[in-house]
Amino acid sequence: MRRYSAFAIAREAARYHQGWERAWASPKPKKKYDVVIVGAGGHGLATAFYLGKNFGITNVAIIEKGWLGGGNTGRNTTIIRSNYLQDPSAAIYEKARSLYETMSQDLNYNVMFSPRGVMMLAQTEHEVRGYERTAHANALQGVKTEFISPQRVKELVPIMNINGPRYPVLGALWQARAGTARHDAVAWGYARACSDMGMDIIQKCEVTGVRQSGGKVTGIDTTQGQIDCDKLAMVVAGNAGHLAEMAGFRLPMESVALQALVSEPIKPCIDVVVMANTVHGYMSQSDKGELVIGGGTDGFNNYTQRGSFHHIEETVRALVETFPIISRLKMLRQWGGIVDVTGDRSPIIGKTPLGNCFINCGWGTGGFKSIPGSGWAMAETVAKGEPGSLAAEFGLNRFTEGRFIDESVAAGVAH
Amino acid sequence: MLILECPYCGVMADETDLHGGGEAHLKRFGPGSSDDDFETYLFHRKNPKGVHFERWRHVSGCGKWFHAARNTMTLEVYGTYSAQTTEPPKAIVNAVKKKHPEWEGWT
Repeated sequence: MRRYSAFAIAREAARYHQGWERAWASPKPKKKYDVVIVGAGGHGLATAFYLGKNFGITNVAIIEKGWLGGGNTGRNTTIIRSNYLQDPSAAIYEKARSLYETMSQDLNYNVMFSPRGVMMLAQTEHEVRGYERTAHANALQGVKTEFISPQRVKELVPIMNINGPRYPVLGALWQARAGTARHDAVAWGYARACSDMGMDIIQKCEVTGVRQSGGKVTGIDTTQGQIDCDKLAMVVAGNAGHLAEMAGFRLPMESVALQALVSEPIKPCIDVVVMANTVHGYMSQSDKGELVIGGGTDGFNNYTQRGSFHHIEETVRALVETFPIISRLKMLRQWGGIVDVTGDRSPIIGKTPLGNCFINCGWGTGGFKSIPGSGWAMAETVAKGEPGSLAAEFGLNRFTEGRFIDESVAAGVAH
Repeated sequence: MLILECPYCGVMADETDLHGGGEAHLKRFGPGSSDDDFETYLFHRKNPKGVHFERWRHVSGCGKWFHAARNTMTLEVYGTYSAQTTEPPKAIVNAVKKKHPEWEGWT
C-alpha cells in the first residue's frame, strides 16, 4: 500500500494524478477463511482491523450484501461521545473515543475527527439532576465531562435561544473532547488497512444460509457461493435478527427506522454538537456548511430504511424552537437507517448458542461513535473465544440473568 | 404515513393517533416457568423481515388495543383485528397468503 502523505500529493500533482492506487481490492471469495465476518460496515471492518493488528489473524473475509459502509455507517449523524452513565458503557465508548483521536494516524487515512465538543442540554429540573449525576459518574469513570451553566451554553452557542417559553435551558452536560468524524472515511480507512493486511472484502455478496454441524458453524452460503470458516462473526446491525434466524436462534432486539436530515449549506454558525433531548432534536454543522440533524425512531418494526414523515416535523419544530435563526432554512435531504434496539438499549457483544459463532449487534441509535471500541472488543472476543474486559458485561446471557446495562434513560436520548 | 383501521370504532387512524405495542400473540410465562422461557417471553422477538403481527393502541381515539398484520419490508397493511384472540384469524391469514403465496404462515 502506498502511504498517503503531503509528499504523495506533490508527487501525484506532478504526474496528473495517474499513480493513485485503488484503496482496497475486490477479490473473489476463497473456499475457506479462518474468520468470516458478515457485515462490512464500520463495526465489521473495525473487528477485522483489530483481529489483524492486535492478534495477527489476517486470513479473514468481510462479507457485505450491499456496498462498503452503505448501511448505518453512511447514514448516521457522525457524533462521537462517551458521556454514558453506566460503567460498562462508559468504558467501551471512552475506548472508542480515544481510538478516534489517533485513528487518522493509525490508518493513514484522514477521518477528519473533530473534537469540537458535545453539549447535551438540560431543559427540565429532572434532566439537570440526571446530567449532574452523569457528570459525577463520568468523573469516577475517568471520562472528562462537566455540568455547565446556561450562560456558558450561550457563550459556546450564541445562536441558541436559552430562554424559550416552553423549555428554557437550565444547563448542559458538556464533553469538550467529544465531537464528530467523517463517517464514510472511517469505513474506507478501515477497509484500506484491512485490504493491505491481505484480508478479502467481498461486496454485493448476501448471506443466504448458515451451515452447521454438531452445534458449530462450518461455513455460510452466499450469493457468491459457499464459504467455509473456522469462526463466524455476525456484525450486521439492523439485520442481525434476520441473520440469527438463519442460524437458528433469536435475539432480544427489534429493528426500527431512525431518521436524519441535512439542511442547505450555510456559513459557519455553530461549532459544537448540540443535543436537546427533552424536545428531541440534535444538530451540528458539517464542514460543507450543512446543518446535520438527527431525528427520532419510529415506534414500530421496519426494514425499509425510511422513516415516518411526522418525525421530521417534530424534530424540525424542536430545533426551530431552540435555534430560531434556522426557521427559514430549507432541508436538502432526508434518509433513514435500520437500527437494532435491545431491551436495555445496550449492545450485545459475545458468544451465541453456536460454539464458534460470535455476535456484535444491538448498538441501536449509538453505533457510529462506538465503532473502534466495538471492533477492538469484538476482535478480542473472536480471537480468544471469550469476551475480554471491555465486552464481558455485554453478553447475551445478561438477559437471562437480569444483569441489564440500562441506558434507555441513562444515555439521555429520548428515542 | 401509516394508516390503520381501528377494528373497534372503525376509524381510519393515522400513525400519530396510534401507539405501537410490539409483537402480538406472545406466549406468556410467569412465576414457576424456566429462566429460558421467561427470558424468551420478556425479550426475544421474531423481528421478521416481512409479515409481522403486532399490537397497536388507538390512543387518540377509543383507547383500545387491537392487532394488525403488516409487512416490515413494504409497509403494506393486510388488515386489523380484535385483540381478543391468541392467533391471527383465518381472514387475515388468507389476506396475507393471497398477496404472498410463498409465505410460511404464522407460527
